[in-house]
Amino acid sequence: MAKLNVNGKPLDVKVDDDTPLLWVLREQLGMTGTKYGCGVAQCGACSVHLNGEVQRSCAIPVGSLQATNKIVTIEGLSRDGSHPVQKAWATVDVPQCGYCQSGQIMAAAALLKKTPKPTDTDIDAAMTNICRCGTYQRIRAAVHLAAKGGGKSGASTAQKKA
Amino acid sequence: MTSQSTTLRTPKVSRRKVLAGGAALGTGLALGFHVPALAKAPEGFRPMAKAAGTEVNAWVVVGTDETVTIRIARTEMGQGTLTGLAQLVAEELNCDWKKVRTEYPTPGQNLARKRVWHDFSTGGSRGIRGSQDYVRKGGAMAREMLIQAAATQWKVPVAECKAVGGAVVHEASKRKLTYGKLAVAASKLEPPKDVKLKDPKDWTIAGKPLKRLDTTDKLTGKQLYGVDIKLPGMLNAAIKDAPVIGTPVKSYDESKVLSMPGVKKVVKVNATTVAVVAETWWQAKKALDALPVVYEDTPNAKVTSADIAARLREGLDAKEAFVGNKNGDALAAIAGAAKKVEAIYATPFLHHACMEPMNATALVTANKCEVWSPTQNGEGSLAAASEASGLPLDKCEVYKMPPGGGFGRRGRQDYVTQAVTIAKQMPGTPIKLIWSREEDMMHGYNRPITQCKLTAGLDAQGNLVGFHARISGPSIVAYQNPSVLQGGGDIRMFQGFWADPGEAQIGYTIPNLLVEHAQRATHVPVGPWRGVNTNQNAVYLECFMDEVAKAAGKDPLAFRRALMGNHPKHLGVLNAVAEKAGWGKPLPAGVHRGIAQHMGYGSYSAAVAEVSVDNRGRVKVHRMVLGVDCGVAVNPDQIAAQVEGSVALGLGAAMYQELTVKDGKVVETNFDTYEIMRLAAFPRVETVVVQSGGFWGGVGEPTICVAAPSVLNAIHAAIGRPVRSLPLKNVDLRSA
Repeated sequence: MAKLNVNGKPLDVKVDDDTPLLWVLREQLGMTGTKYGCGVAQCGACSVHLNGEVQRSCAIPVGSLQATNKIVTIEGLSRDGSHPVQKAWATVDVPQCGYCQSGQIMAAAALLKKTPKPTDTDIDAAMTNICRCGTYQRIRAAVHLAAKGGGKSGASTAQKKA
Repeated sequence: MTSQSTTLRTPKVSRRKVLAGGAALGTGLALGFHVPALAKAPEGFRPMAKAAGTEVNAWVVVGTDETVTIRIARTEMGQGTLTGLAQLVAEELNCDWKKVRTEYPTPGQNLARKRVWHDFSTGGSRGIRGSQDYVRKGGAMAREMLIQAAATQWKVPVAECKAVGGAVVHEASKRKLTYGKLAVAASKLEPPKDVKLKDPKDWTIAGKPLKRLDTTDKLTGKQLYGVDIKLPGMLNAAIKDAPVIGTPVKSYDESKVLSMPGVKKVVKVNATTVAVVAETWWQAKKALDALPVVYEDTPNAKVTSADIAARLREGLDAKEAFVGNKNGDALAAIAGAAKKVEAIYATPFLHHACMEPMNATALVTANKCEVWSPTQNGEGSLAAASEASGLPLDKCEVYKMPPGGGFGRRGRQDYVTQAVTIAKQMPGTPIKLIWSREEDMMHGYNRPITQCKLTAGLDAQGNLVGFHARISGPSIVAYQNPSVLQGGGDIRMFQGFWADPGEAQIGYTIPNLLVEHAQRATHVPVGPWRGVNTNQNAVYLECFMDEVAKAAGKDPLAFRRALMGNHPKHLGVLNAVAEKAGWGKPLPAGVHRGIAQHMGYGSYSAAVAEVSVDNRGRVKVHRMVLGVDCGVAVNPDQIAAQVEGSVALGLGAAMYQELTVKDGKVVETNFDTYEIMRLAAFPRVETVVVQSGGFWGGVGEPTICVAAPSVLNAIHAAIGRPVRSLPLKNVDLRSA
């Protein structure tokens, strides 16, 4: 039995203590926006916020958490896709297959909370999640755009193509 | 694959019955918005073509709310084909782009309607180029039917009516009817026999850098992938194929795991594979890890990468080889040349490493088999479901899920066969099979490992007079589909070396040329990996060209240009990137350029890379300019996205990746040992879209192959010696 606080809701989950948070989110709680990619904290597809810090949920045994730990998933980042990072992602048309993007967005949101005006070097250091489609250039552009408060939904795709 | 029949025929009778799958479809009277089936996560959903509205023809459904649902047969897996195909249909339809929705028809629906949507298979960069003709005709025919319906209602000649922005207008009488009001009448009309397609220069929707249609749900976690399926009563399966590839299971002791939490069943899936079924996937995986399995002894267990390399090396000089391209007498010309250049190159096995591991969900009953499949080939999944379930095709159905990456891997149906095989043993219970990352890495269909021996002869003036390339390694066609080998050989081994124009032609005219392949198979499965053989062939040809240019004392670009006079499209892209990159202009200290060009998938590609190598041998790629001429460009921004992805995949592989074999097993089983390029290493990428027009080339694959050789040639320029084996992580790049 684990006591969790996910997206502001206190929850009791009946599950073995060694079950990774990722699988509790996906299987017991039905929140499938957080993705399985590697299971060894390498790829970041499972990124969530734990007390405001980005963490890889595949490597967090649920038994190590308490009800006071605040977990936020992609489903809880905003109610309607209106978080500045989500809006910037839409404006830049970042996703391709999209599978890694929940994790990328959670990582970017955590970065901007800590470092509202990140440099390229900050982005290099913080955005370590794997994207196999290769959306990195657009991720970088979207993080900068979100930092500037840009990213209106419905805006044109004015992509800088040098 | 070219288009088949160019005339679409919509069966007059019963199409809605077939299409609706029992659901109330309605006609123009159907109410409400079309909620994309995948936008929510209802239990037990079955995504299939059932847009609210009237089907004008197989490609176009118009709702009373003026939404236009465009049916997409090919799989969207990130490459943008869904948006591009919708643009093509919408362009001909003259509808309002803001009202466009999309949906997948199912493979079962396609079968029932005599393949009205043609080919579902999505590979070889064929999504748009292989279907542009008939999807555009589908849009144009629907438009003509809507115009006809309006003209009939107004009792005016068709020629006085035109379709604009989702409505038909009659200017003389200032009348206007929207598509939503015309769709029912239009759907009852006989489709026109022939329609004229627009000239791309007149396009207003296609050809434009429109945003993708499938982005919103990918930003909120709502997009459902195969791994996210949840069905009532569903159980989960974890699976393990023999670590030593191809080794039969001798025995396993299920008593050790059956009492573990949630475990329901242990299933022998095939000769080499066992699975555990449990309430949750995590429980299934834990039990599978604890399951004792004993395997037979096979010779495969003795194979290592060194053995494979030696076997390939033998093929480089073996007497027998399959000739892929030949003119003149290359061997004699090289023997008599003033100067000879020779090199042996090697590239490793590569794994696809799709972000979403292989998975499928199956529900089998006595007379029905349903599969939720993230696949590049929905009809292939249907065939696999039928074969594994033992039920006829018309008792099977496949719901295509948007794959979290494909790259060629999801053209195979192994995971579908497994899911159905497990589900068949538990009739009535939906089974979701998910591979662990380790399983995914160890049981891929990998890019073939090859070596290539290249020899060139130069005359006294430094002109290339003879060229010989001998490739050695496994063939994908021989492994997967030997019945289509031509004359005992696999012509796809020579992508980018072909004599024939149009698909993958060599861009150089060389008076004496010989390109051959010695097939050397291994026990490691091989398959198409985005770009397939263009990737390694471009490394061989283009890096060797730099070696030859250097031996001739010539600039790599000038040396190439001199050989490309007969290949204006190849040359056009090469010149475009050279100009954009400023070839020949000064660079910051320590930065060097490299250039490469190649052809594959009906498109011409080239790249220039700017690279520095520090005194510890560490490579930094600063900037890359990549160009592609795909003839007609349907969405320039999505082409740029594919070019950017090409760098991540092609250059990432060149820098870090190899799949090696020890004791018959794959060594690299996760991203800690199979490193993927991350954001920090990604260079600034600039895309040049050349539209020479008059042909339709692919986009998803063509540019990958130039990413690595342009960088390798820049490294050659930086350190003064060529890199002939990949990945770079194994090569000492310190300056001598």
